[in-house]
Amino acid sequence: MFAILRKEINSFLNSLVAYIVIGVFLVVTGLYMWFFPQSNVLDFGYADLQPLFAIAPWVFLFLIPAITMRSFAEEKKAGTIELLLTRPVTDLQIILGKYFACLLLVLFALLPTLIYYVSVYYLGDPKGNIDSAGVFGSYIGLVFLAAVFTAIGIFASSISKDQIISFIVAVLLCFIVYTGFDMLASIDVWGPLSYFISYLGIQYHYETISKGLIDSRDVLYFVSVSALMIVATKLVLESRKW
Amino acid sequence: MSVEVKNLTKIYGTQRAVDDISFSVKSGEIVGFLGPNGAGKSTTMKIATCYVPPTSGLVKVSGFDVEENPVEVRRHVGYLPEHNPLYLDMYVKEYLEFIGSLHNLSGSALQKRVKEMVDLVGLQREQGKKIGALSKGYRQRVGLAQALVHNPDVLILDEPTTGLDPNQIQEIRNVIKNIGREKTVIFSTHIMQEVAAICDRVVIINRGKLVADSSVADLESNTKGQRVTIAEFENPADERLLQALPQVKEVKRLEGNSYRIVSAKTDDPRSAVSKLAAEQNWILLGLRQEENSLEKVFQQLTQQK
Repeated sequence: MFAILRKEINSFLNSLVAYIVIGVFLVVTGLYMWFFPQSNVLDFGYADLQPLFAIAPWVFLFLIPAITMRSFAEEKKAGTIELLLTRPVTDLQIILGKYFACLLLVLFALLPTLIYYVSVYYLGDPKGNIDSAGVFGSYIGLVFLAAVFTAIGIFASSISKDQIISFIVAVLLCFIVYTGFDMLASIDVWGPLSYFISYLGIQYHYETISKGLIDSRDVLYFVSVSALMIVATKLVLESRKW
Repeated sequence: MSVEVKNLTKIYGTQRAVDDISFSVKSGEIVGFLGPNGAGKSTTMKIATCYVPPTSGLVKVSGFDVEENPVEVRRHVGYLPEHNPLYLDMYVKEYLEFIGSLHNLSGSALQKRVKEMVDLVGLQREQGKKIGALSKGYRQRVGLAQALVHNPDVLILDEPTTGLDPNQIQEIRNVIKNIGREKTVIFSTHIMQEVAAICDRVVIINRGKLVADSSVADLESNTKGQRVTIAEFENPADERLLQALPQVKEVKRLEGNSYRIVSAKTDDPRSAVSKLAAEQNWILLGLRQEENSLEKVFQQLTQQK
């Protein structure tokens, strides 16, 4: 698994993918956080990272599928998947190697935003007047969200040989899971069911964690959605045997 | 037995890609796996490397069953898939190290193995290049090197020489021949000369069925029960006179003034024919013996419907 992880990370670093992903993420969140009049913390006057945690999921929604789309689609197209699958590694090791490589890249993009935290910490009046627990809860929420999006992206990559199709499917699935359920629940036909429908979406759990409240049920939700997607990917890879 | 295939059948949808094939390969043997396109060669190889499972039947590699113990089988097999897929954006050395590390090689053992492989297949000057920048012949060497990097007992090569120029084919053949001194090699091809050049044994399949499994010499002698000589004259010759020669069994006129003369394997009718031509004042333009008997065998065996 680590051999595959290392190879994937190297290929991100050797191509432009890693730099573009990190660059785009920081530019978009930076502008939103510090510059755009509607959202920047300086005008807003509250010492928190709310703008970052509001925009980051939307940036991830497009960036993560762009990172994951080539994982399996390219291997299938080039035929190199046959090389991997005839080595003494299990399907799951291959999937997890690729999954964690993509997730690691996302975390690398997220890491520099800690500077935002430090900046706001010093900008607070008095200095340090920031809800640190809330911020770190939000970071954890964002990492979980990235973990789910990455798992969805890996799955979407495994179902097609075409990277574009993988990308579009991944964006669509991420969108549905992130906010689709919430929107569905807001239609006024469900009655008491609407709570359960919104419970299926990420947003519900992301918001609770963002408050700094790390509930095992929310953690369980993120872990099980990721695991579900990885199992689905494994099934798709195994379908060659049917 | 290094590789054992027993009653192997593979069905894709309704098509029987491989139909009840059995053969075995002893360790240290080089076996040519032959058949026309679509005969089931690649499918059999994919099963032996645990890429796809058999529908029924048994395949054992180095004593391990492909269905029960796929990871062990893969540990003992070096595989070069058809079309030689490679990561084009990786460097040659990086790629070999990656494949080696998938086989749990690491540190100095890995470095040593990679260096040996680079030397073995002759990639010293190319090892720092990206695979995408290499010519087809060098890519094929990279493919061979990756199949060998973990020192497997059994080497399975799916059409290792397609698309190479004659010099490269010769070099790759030499590499395979050298490897075959120590390891079991199964390689598929549809070039008969290749088989004659490097194999100990030939397995021929057609439409998923096994049609021959014998040594190269046996296969050649199959057609060499008789000898075929083609004689060409400037003007029509008298078939009856040719037929009357003691060595000749059968004479048939071909296009123009050529005659196909069949004789026993041990008899060479050429001197008799040229003497006869001189006596009869026929002008003899050419006299040659038909060769490439392996190709003939291959055609005979694989054209049966």
